[in-house]
Amino acid sequence: MLKDITLGQFFPGYSAIHRLDPRTKLVMLVVYIVALFLAVNWASYALMLVFLVTCIAISKIPAKAFFRGMKPLIFILVFTGILNLFFTQGENLLVEFWVITIYWEGVTRAIFMLLRILMMIMGTFLLTYTTSPISLTDGLESLLSPLKKIKVPVHELSMMMCIALRFIPTLIEETDKIICAQKARGADFESGKLMQRVKALVPILVPLFVSAFRRADELATAMECRCYQGGDGRTKMKLLRYKLLDFKAYAVGILLIAAVCVLRHFGL
Amino acid sequence: MGIAISVEHLAYSYPGVDDTPGVAVFKDLNLQIEEGTFVAILGSNGCGKSTLAKHFNSILLPCGGQVTVFGMDTLDEDSLIAIRRTTGMVFQNPDNQIVANVVEEDVAFGPENLGIASPMIRQRVDNALKQVGMYEFREHAPHLLSGGQKQRVAIAGIIAMEPKCIVLDEPTAMLDPRGRREVMQTITKLNRDKNITVVLITHHMDEAAMAERVVVLHKGTVAIDGTPEEVFSQVEKLHSIGLAAPETVELCWELNKLGFQLPLNKLNAETCAQTLLEEWKV
Repeated sequence: MLKDITLGQFFPGYSAIHRLDPRTKLVMLVVYIVALFLAVNWASYALMLVFLVTCIAISKIPAKAFFRGMKPLIFILVFTGILNLFFTQGENLLVEFWVITIYWEGVTRAIFMLLRILMMIMGTFLLTYTTSPISLTDGLESLLSPLKKIKVPVHELSMMMCIALRFIPTLIEETDKIICAQKARGADFESGKLMQRVKALVPILVPLFVSAFRRADELATAMECRCYQGGDGRTKMKLLRYKLLDFKAYAVGILLIAAVCVLRHFGL
Repeated sequence: MGIAISVEHLAYSYPGVDDTPGVAVFKDLNLQIEEGTFVAILGSNGCGKSTLAKHFNSILLPCGGQVTVFGMDTLDEDSLIAIRRTTGMVFQNPDNQIVANVVEEDVAFGPENLGIASPMIRQRVDNALKQVGMYEFREHAPHLLSGGQKQRVAIAGIIAMEPKCIVLDEPTAMLDPRGRREVMQTITKLNRDKNITVVLITHHMDEAAMAERVVVLHKGTVAIDGTPEEVFSQVEKLHSIGLAAPETVELCWELNKLGFQLPLNKLNAETCAQTLLEEWKV
C-alpha cells in the first residue's frame, strides 16, 4: 500500500542538466528565481518562459511529470489568480457587474503572478528531477561550508539529511508491517469519523517510534564501529569538481539576469 | 602467529537504572584468539555473546580485567580509532548499519571517516565490493537488495577499512537459507584468502561447524573450547547448557543410546551417511 509512494522524485538520466554539478544547479535555481522576480513585463516573462522550456527540453524529462507535480497546488494557484484579478485597482475598467469590478491591470497582474509561481515551482522540480538526493545533499554541504566558520554544523546537517533519506523507505516498509499486524489484531483504519480515524493511528505511531529509536541506537553503534567522529578529518570518495559545462551554465545564468534587467527597462 | 584478541580476567556488568543493581555478565572471563583463525562463539540467549563482541572494539569497556586487541588496550582512549579500524564489526540487522542510500557510498563511509585520499577510497571500495561479490550492485539503493545482499554490503563496508579482524554478531540471524549461505561463503573466503581473523557469534550449529575453533559460552564463562569435532562430541554437556549439537551428531548420539557405537565427530550429512553405511554393512 504505502510502497507505491514515489520518493525523492529523481529521474535518472544523462542529459546535460543531469551532468551539471549539484552546486551549479542550486546556484542556478537561485539565479533563476531572482530573475523571475526581476521580470515585470511581457517581454521579460516571455524570455523566462523560453529559458524554462529550453531547460526542460534539454533535461528530456516528460512534461507530464511537471504538470502531475502541480496538481496539489491548483487550489493555491486559483486562489492567487482570483485575488489578483478582483482586488487590483487600475485605470482601464474592463468589467463592472454588481460588486465585481475587473480592471485590465488586474488581468495582467493575475497572469504575471500565476506565471511567476508556476515557473518558480517548475524550476524547483527541474532541480529535484535531475539531481539525486545524495548529490543534492553533497552540493548543499559544499555550498554552505563557509558557514562552518560561524559554527553552523553544516556537516552534521547534511549527514542527518542523508540518513533521513536513507531510512524513509525502511520506515515505510516498517509502517506497512505494523499496519498489517494491527489489522490482524482487529484494528479498523478505514471506517469511522475523522476523530476515530486519527485515534486509530496511535497504535501505528507508537510502535513505529519505538522501533525508530531502536534503529537509531543500533545505527549509531554501527557508525561508531566504522570510526565515525564527525566531520573533522573526513574525506569524500566523490569530490565535486566544476567542469566546462558548469562554467557555461554560470555564463548562461549571468546572461539571463542581464537580459531580464534590460527587458525590464526597455521591453513592453 | 600472534594473538589477535586477548581477554584476561574480564569483568563486566550492565549499569543498573537508578538504585537497582546492575546485571553482572562476566566475572572472570579468559579467552585468547590467535591471528588468522576463524573462531565461532556459541551460547544460548543471554550468555553474553554480544556483550563480549562489543568489548572487542571498545564499544563496551571492561569494568575489571583487560581486553587487548593486537596489543592495544581497549581502555586506552588514544588507540580507540586504531582499534576500531583493525577490528571491524558486523551486526545482526543489515538495515540498521547501512548509512548511505547508494551501495558504494555506504562502503565508502568507513574509509571516508579515516580521512583517506579520494582515489584510494575509490580503489578500496571497488576491491571490497568485488570481494563480497556485490560489485555489479554498486549503484543500487540498499533498500532494494535482499537481506543476504545487504549483509554482504555491510561486510564490504568493514573490509574497505582493511581490518585485520572482523567480528560478526549473528550476521545470519535475520536471513533466509540462501542469504545465510551467501554470507557464510563470504566469511570463509575472507578468512582463507585474506587471512583476516574472523570471530563469528552465532547460534546456528552448522555455521559454527565451519569454523576452525568453537568456543561455547555459558553464564559468562567459557564452558567448552576446542575444534568443532571436539566441542560437538560432548553432546550431554551441550544439552545441559541449553544447546544442541549439529543434527548429524545428534542422530549418531541417539543411535548410540540404542546400542550402536558411532563416532560423534561427523559434522556434515555426507560423512555421517558414510559412517552409517559402514556400520550397517558390518
